[in-house]
Amino acid sequence: MRRRAGRVFFNGLAILIFLVMTFPIYWMVSTALKPGNEILSLTPVWIPTHVTFDNFQTAIHVPFFWNDVVNSLIIVGSTVAICIVLAFLAAAAVARFGFRGRAAFVIMVIAVQMVPLNALVIPIYLFLDRVGQVDSLVGVIAYYMAVVLPFMIWTLRGFVANVPVDLEEAAMIDGASRVGAFMRIVFPLVAPGLVATAIFGFIQAWNEYIIAYVLLSTPSKQTLTIWLASFTTQHGTDWGGLMAGATLTALPVVVLFLLVQRYVQGGLTAGAVKG
Amino acid sequence: MGVAGDARASVATGPNIEAGPWRSILARRLLPYALIAPAMLVILGVLGYPLGMLLWLSTQHYGLRELFQHQGEFVGLKNFATILTDAQFGYVVRTSLLFTAVNVGLSMLFATLIALLLERVSRFARMLLSAGLVFVWATPVIPAVNLWQWMFDYEFGIINWLLTHIGAGDYIHHNWFENPVQGFAVITVIVVWGAIPFLALTLYAGLTQVPRELVEAAEIDGARPWQVFANVTLPIVRPLLIILFSLSTIWDFGVFNQVWVLLNQRPSKDYFLIAVYSFQESFRVSQYGLGASAAVVMVVILAIVSVFYIRETVTLTTEDA
Repeated sequence: MRRRAGRVFFNGLAILIFLVMTFPIYWMVSTALKPGNEILSLTPVWIPTHVTFDNFQTAIHVPFFWNDVVNSLIIVGSTVAICIVLAFLAAAAVARFGFRGRAAFVIMVIAVQMVPLNALVIPIYLFLDRVGQVDSLVGVIAYYMAVVLPFMIWTLRGFVANVPVDLEEAAMIDGASRVGAFMRIVFPLVAPGLVATAIFGFIQAWNEYIIAYVLLSTPSKQTLTIWLASFTTQHGTDWGGLMAGATLTALPVVVLFLLVQRYVQGGLTAGAVKG
Repeated sequence: MGVAGDARASVATGPNIEAGPWRSILARRLLPYALIAPAMLVILGVLGYPLGMLLWLSTQHYGLRELFQHQGEFVGLKNFATILTDAQFGYVVRTSLLFTAVNVGLSMLFATLIALLLERVSRFARMLLSAGLVFVWATPVIPAVNLWQWMFDYEFGIINWLLTHIGAGDYIHHNWFENPVQGFAVITVIVVWGAIPFLALTLYAGLTQVPRELVEAAEIDGARPWQVFANVTLPIVRPLLIILFSLSTIWDFGVFNQVWVLLNQRPSKDYFLIAVYSFQESFRVSQYGLGASAAVVMVVILAIVSVFYIRETVTLTTEDA
């Protein structure tokens, strides 16, 4: 009896926490769907009664929206495409070979993930300024690799290591070459991990702020996270537009994240959670 | 994740590595290095080089004139002497440490409580709460800051309305950012809200790995719930807790985006956390040398915390093979 009462109490508490945690997201989306008079109302309108897409219309017509969507896609896409290849090679080496310096390489990969970009942005800016690559997408892509690559190596290492070596050995006994066995046996098994890692890298790069903020000063060359500041002017903030813009910026990430969350959770804690 | 160790062992001693022509042995020996070389070069180029340049920059006088000439002037440790004796930098470091302690403490506390709660609820409640947490986790930081900015808006913000209507006082047209203590409270809400999902879900995943038999045995021996937690559960999830603690510390000590975006890219001096200070000195005041030395202080403090993280991570991944 006491146990059941406890369970009911805990369930109630869980629902309450759910409501508190998700309310801000609900408020962002519902504000984006409200007409102006319901947004700027002294008594909150909890549920939008006159759903409208005007704010989204406004948001996508803010100058440089489409430019910045394309920029974000180019930067993030190139970064992920380059990094996933490099990371896969390195992960295969770390997970499948014993070699001198392997431990040092692994520790370096973990350690560099701890270096804050907030600190590196100063030398990065000065260096790119010297070589004339400030305000160019190439410079941003280069340094986004710093955000994505070490994490990708680390996560992929786990995926490759999880494929039993016996499978490869069996293929080699049957006459496959080492590389052939790896490509034909391991690669298909690791493919979902590869996709998950690429998507997570995409999310990280998409969300990056400080590098893009410092390097990209021309509005037509910026990314979406920087573009969001255009809703705030000296005259105040267009909250409806901003919430619509924030929803649009967050949407692809949320969708992708839901797809890969269970894969990357283990990778993020670096194998601390077994299984 | 645990088979890396034995995989390596069986490859090294397995039947595949046999004596062959010296060229193929050499190729096999070199193969792993060839595989890591491209990644290694990129990491050295985009992380190693800037890190070295940051150190070098911290010993330079590097202002606007130097920026145009692309040439700093060596001043030794003068930048460090300047910031370490600067009263403002003292305030910045103290604020950052306090901010980190409060944020890490609150994030870990709430995350632990939610993880323990997830273990004790019905299936539907667990699914609901986990799904909610994943949604919050997925929300990118910049849109998240924008949405909290709106919630705490002084005129039409829902927080002011709620606080007024639950009788917490008169918050009509209350500006949260006039008083830095209140402003930091808002930033803490944003940071903790964003940190809870990852921490809570990871901890919950860790808790599910605690063997049931151990808990039951302790209960049969008459241990009370908190004793079970302290003597059975805690020792098992301790390494995970250390990792999460150090990760949170590293993230919270480097907080920049939340302050910068929340205060519309013009934070007053009261809001200078160390990352904000370093940014401001460099890109607003154009004292890149001073900014770099502040960044070096930040990196050094973080490196100390990272040692714990790296040690636990390396031990865990090598021992569970």
